[in-house]
Amino acid sequence: MIQHIWRNLRLALTIFVIFGLGYSLVLAGIGNVLFPSQAQGSLIVQHGQVIGSSLIGQSSQGPGLFRGRPSATVNAVTGRPQPYNADNSAGSNLGPTNPALLQAVRQSISSLRGQIAGAIPGNLVESSASGLDPEITLQAALAQVPAVSRQTGIGRARLRRLVAKEAEGPLLGLYGPWRVNVLKLNLALRQVEGR
Amino acid sequence: MTAHGLLGDALFLLVLTLAAIPVGRYMYRVFEGEKTFLDRLARPLERAIFRLAGIDAEGGMGWRAYAVAFLVSNLAMAVLVYLLLWLQPDLPLNPAHLGPIPPTTVFNTVASFITNTNWQVYTPETSLSYLSQFALEFLQFTTPAAGIVVAIAFVRGFVQGRGDLGNYYRDFVRALSRIFLPIAFVAAIALIAAGVPDTLSGPAIAHTLGGATQVIARGPVAAFEAIKQLGTNGGGFFNANSAHPFENPGPLSNLIEEFLMALLPTALLFTFGEYIKNRRQAWIIFGVTMTLFAVLLLVVYSSEAAGNPILNHLLGATGPNWEGKETRFGISGSSLFAAITTAFTTGAVNAMHDSLTPLGGFVPIFQIMLNTVFGGAGAGLLNILMFVIITVFVTGLMVGRTPELFGKKIESREVTAAAAAMLVHPFIVLAASAVALSTAAGRAGIFNPGFHGLSEVVYAYASSAANNGSAFAGLGAASPFYAVSTGIVVLLGRYVSMLLMLYIAGSLLAKKTVPASTGTLRTDTWTFGWIYLGIVLIVGALTFFPVLALGPIAEQLSMLAGKVF
Repeated sequence: MIQHIWRNLRLALTIFVIFGLGYSLVLAGIGNVLFPSQAQGSLIVQHGQVIGSSLIGQSSQGPGLFRGRPSATVNAVTGRPQPYNADNSAGSNLGPTNPALLQAVRQSISSLRGQIAGAIPGNLVESSASGLDPEITLQAALAQVPAVSRQTGIGRARLRRLVAKEAEGPLLGLYGPWRVNVLKLNLALRQVEGR
Repeated sequence: MTAHGLLGDALFLLVLTLAAIPVGRYMYRVFEGEKTFLDRLARPLERAIFRLAGIDAEGGMGWRAYAVAFLVSNLAMAVLVYLLLWLQPDLPLNPAHLGPIPPTTVFNTVASFITNTNWQVYTPETSLSYLSQFALEFLQFTTPAAGIVVAIAFVRGFVQGRGDLGNYYRDFVRALSRIFLPIAFVAAIALIAAGVPDTLSGPAIAHTLGGATQVIARGPVAAFEAIKQLGTNGGGFFNANSAHPFENPGPLSNLIEEFLMALLPTALLFTFGEYIKNRRQAWIIFGVTMTLFAVLLLVVYSSEAAGNPILNHLLGATGPNWEGKETRFGISGSSLFAAITTAFTTGAVNAMHDSLTPLGGFVPIFQIMLNTVFGGAGAGLLNILMFVIITVFVTGLMVGRTPELFGKKIESREVTAAAAAMLVHPFIVLAASAVALSTAAGRAGIFNPGFHGLSEVVYAYASSAANNGSAFAGLGAASPFYAVSTGIVVLLGRYVSMLLMLYIAGSLLAKKTVPASTGTLRTDTWTFGWIYLGIVLIVGALTFFPVLALGPIAEQLSMLAGKVF
């Protein structure tokens, strides 16, 4: 029996080295050679500085920027809210009949009142699963055009064209909604502003 | 619901089926030692493994030897990973300098990953080094492989003229080298191309547009993601699991991951058809299971698309339920993922199940309770065949014949063991939930008030018992109470029924094959298929209906009435 256990420990160690370490290290090597940008996290670099990842949302609260979705991430040490904390992804986990969900959505609605005149799209006030959603629906982007136009002085038609240019459709026409990457849209906006 | 969404689902299921058939037949060839196209690559690797381990993988095993090998190899792997997690601060590949992991978390994590559950009570970004993630990745390879070979050994019990169940070590290593490694490898490269990072660098530091500093956790994600989904494991590289944009950056990666989760459990049904030399039988089980899956998928999709009337009232417009969902998957992509991850008991999530509408959340919990809607790698086929044995027994009683299954007589010994295996699952789910609800420590973990809180607790134990690993994640699962109790439930959920099934296989192996006669009750008919499904549903409904009525069903009615807690 002792020998049986010993052989199995050796088997476990062998498989760990091949399938735990070897597999992972080889793939990290191949990935970085074939697809270096993706493998490093699709980072966006401007003037030699990393300003974010095109896949990871960031807090965009200032005037003259398109807003992303509410994020429920917290600081890992203090436990206090820290939206878009990309070192501690999380959803709100609020259930559909939890009064705290109502409270959170109410708050999001009131913070958007200055940004959107008409009906507010649910996508913009209900928080994402990861707290790092980089995108909003096309409808949610278009709804913000009048306010962003007011704040930046860029015409509505031009902004709508900008949104349309950044918009991405469903894969094969079937999978995923029409949507816009908020960071890319705001970068395009900055470029139009000449900043 | 949109026509596009439904069409997308239908296309996905069609592609899955078309791929599962050849993969299923390929697996048969792998386990029966027939020639396959990967022989030239796999053989040297297998020889090296056996030489390094000093294991001679020749010679057949009876059910006892097979079971002992399965248990001892699991124990050895658990010990190795226990050490690696425990010693994390002193080991390399820790660029973020993460400290020690609490002992209850180590216990829970080892129990959860050795049983193919991948229930996670820790936040990976802030607690696990890359080496610790590799240790878990190692179990993500080995535990589905072990599950599949136990299922294969069980099926061999029916095969005419066999004197043994096969050699555990030979099966196990072949599953790793000829099934899991090649598919995971190709899938990981596809995932990197689709945007999933794979790097050994530590977190990236970004200076955002808003002028803030953003620490972006990353790592060797793609390699992890591929085997996590293929092996129906489900443990996330990040806390948000497959909802995290780095684990699942878009609709393409989402489809790849859904496909990987569903592939092997579906294919195993066809492998089973090859073993018993009756493809029709495999198609009938596939057909009724897929029908049930499609109905449940429609329930979750329609409920999420209809949205939460309480929120819609606030917004002054109707819309789907976006809370806890990612934009890029949309409602259909989130619903299909939720249905697949709980049917095939992977446990990965791309939307937070705790924030699903009550009826939408009913589907994951119900599928985990049934534990037979395809099920996990190996474990699913075992559960399905356990219910087939029960069905043969019940229908045999109805028509007054001695039940036979695939040429072997099913007698009281097999039926007793199958019934015991069947009862373990509801017993540990309900008993553990009752303990949690009647103790202060258990109630303290509840996050959402009202009926939803009950659903959180029941979901936790159903997920543990079914070795699923998804959660209504608001539950404070990291507390010592939940870490220890779910750790025990995952172990019972995995090993008790698997050992009982191996025992049945041993008993069947010793029986002579009886040729089918006019007196034989045929099992490869649609009538039998629907009766099988009826029994699965009746058993599931009778054991779990009261708790479902008090959880998601009551909450759905409250939500429709506009009531919060």
